[in-house]
Amino acid sequence: MAILFCVVVGFLYAAALYMLLSRSVVKLLMGLILLSHATNLLIFSAGRPVRGGVPLVPPGAAAPSQPFPDPLAQAMILTAIVISFGVLAFALVLVYRCHAATGSDDVDELRNTEL
Amino acid sequence: MNVLLALPIVVPMAAAAVSLAFRRSPKVQYAAGAVSSAAGLAVAVGIFFNVSREGILKLEIGNWPAPFGIVLVADLFSAIMLLVSTVIAAAVFVYSTASTDEERRSLGFYPLLQVLLMGVYGAFMTGDLFNLYVWFEVMLMASFVLLSLGGGRAQIEGAIKYLALNLISSAFFLAATAVLYGITGTVNFAELARQLDGQSGSVTVVAMLFLVAFSIKAAAFPFFFWLPASYHTPPVAVSAVFAGLLTKVGVYALVRVFTLLFVGDTAFTHGIILWMAAFTMIVGVLGAVSQNDARRVLSFHIVSQIGYMLMGLGIFTPAALAGCVFYIFHHMLVKTNLFLVAGIAEKTLGTFELKKMGGLYASSPLLAGLFLVSALSLAGLPPLSGFFAKLILIKSGIEAGAGWVSAVALIVGLLTLFSMTKIWNEAFWKPLPASSGATNGGRPAFAWIAPVALLAACTVAIGLAAGPAYDLSLRTATQLMDRGAYVQAVLGDGS
Repeated sequence: MAILFCVVVGFLYAAALYMLLSRSVVKLLMGLILLSHATNLLIFSAGRPVRGGVPLVPPGAAAPSQPFPDPLAQAMILTAIVISFGVLAFALVLVYRCHAATGSDDVDELRNTEL
Repeated sequence: MNVLLALPIVVPMAAAAVSLAFRRSPKVQYAAGAVSSAAGLAVAVGIFFNVSREGILKLEIGNWPAPFGIVLVADLFSAIMLLVSTVIAAAVFVYSTASTDEERRSLGFYPLLQVLLMGVYGAFMTGDLFNLYVWFEVMLMASFVLLSLGGGRAQIEGAIKYLALNLISSAFFLAATAVLYGITGTVNFAELARQLDGQSGSVTVVAMLFLVAFSIKAAAFPFFFWLPASYHTPPVAVSAVFAGLLTKVGVYALVRVFTLLFVGDTAFTHGIILWMAAFTMIVGVLGAVSQNDARRVLSFHIVSQIGYMLMGLGIFTPAALAGCVFYIFHHMLVKTNLFLVAGIAEKTLGTFELKKMGGLYASSPLLAGLFLVSALSLAGLPPLSGFFAKLILIKSGIEAGAGWVSAVALIVGLLTLFSMTKIWNEAFWKPLPASSGATNGGRPAFAWIAPVALLAACTVAIGLAAGPAYDLSLRTATQLMDRGAYVQAVLGDGS
């Protein structure tokens, strides 16, 4: 399962990078979305996910009886998802406003602030 | 007494909530902002004196013991950063009551400013890596909205670049945190420091991820492009608070992780930081020299000055780190002030274009004097704070056998002086060009000039009290390099 996650995370990062390098602002946004997904899955795999066990200690025992996935990593992902949801929603509005203000989707046309 | 550590976060949060609830009432918003500024300042002074007297303080949130719960930790470094930030926040708040237009005020400028401050103060206070990420995001979210609020095309364009680069930086930060958590199983700074002690190898790879993430935030070479493309677009009160606080949070994070966590292979990691510092200084100042818009000149100077701070971190001796700390608090005050002065100039003349400006010395000698104090301090002329900041760094560079970087710092200081002279000549000294069509609006009002005077006075005071300020910086640097003391203060004797 770890190998599968590595491949998926790597593929997502590659796709995100490809989109980020695009000249289209909308594709840039897609790239940012993929980037946050890739990172969330990376945290998930860093928590060493295994099937089955729960991180609860049975009565009378000192440790959980089965191997269990790390719940803290998943709590972090939840936080990260909420944050990226908020930020990306704002980014979506900003891209929309950008299109309304400039009439263009091309990052090369957004040079007014750099000359 | 340690509950004090939570107040820097609680105070702006409460002020943000109140001013959001009374969005239509300017009076309540001003009152909330004023109370928050004063209370923030008082809390920061309190924390600073407590830390100075008792050493590193910690607060375990919800009484979950470290390293399992989130801890707030205040050492001298974070206490100084907090103190200077609250001074800047108070100055910018007073300034913004005069400078913010009706539209931006009704769109929520004041609540956003408070949320921004909450993020900044939270980042300084936390002793937990993932919590630091959350504060970064709080700060970024507020800064995104402040940057694009009520703006036309230029602001939107600037905001897109700022947003894209900062989200990429956040992804790097989060990915690095994930890998580090995978290696160690903790995100508590002190526990990380204990486990990473003397380690290199895969830890160095993670260190590089953090270096990229925080360098984007700090606008260090080669990751600085978003800053000159966006910082000059919003109203000047926003630019000023960004210039004073945001990149410095990136520098703070760099100093924190590269003194506490990643010191297993300093020849490699800090060597890279030193090279980055040299290039940041040079590229920033060359960019500034080539610009003709007051705010763009100042924006490029932020980049160049970040290089000086990284230089202190890269050399990594107690004296150099003291120089870094000294430089940070000097720079925050001066840079904010220069942006505020540029705002007054724009208010008076109606433009930021240096060629169209002029005659400010004749119309307001006081403003000209205050600008001169900050500009010469930035360039590093004695007896102002910038001189001593540069002196400490350059001396420590030579002592540590990195004379080349000291030479770079000296040349960049000269170019900084050149570019400050350009602003002085164009905006203040030469008569107002008749062809510019700009009119001189006369002398600035009290609420504009008072914060500038306050910050200029701070610069002069640091310059005059350079001895005690250096002693404080050296104590801070020694504390930063004594990782064992940090670990013991947070984890207790059992570690």
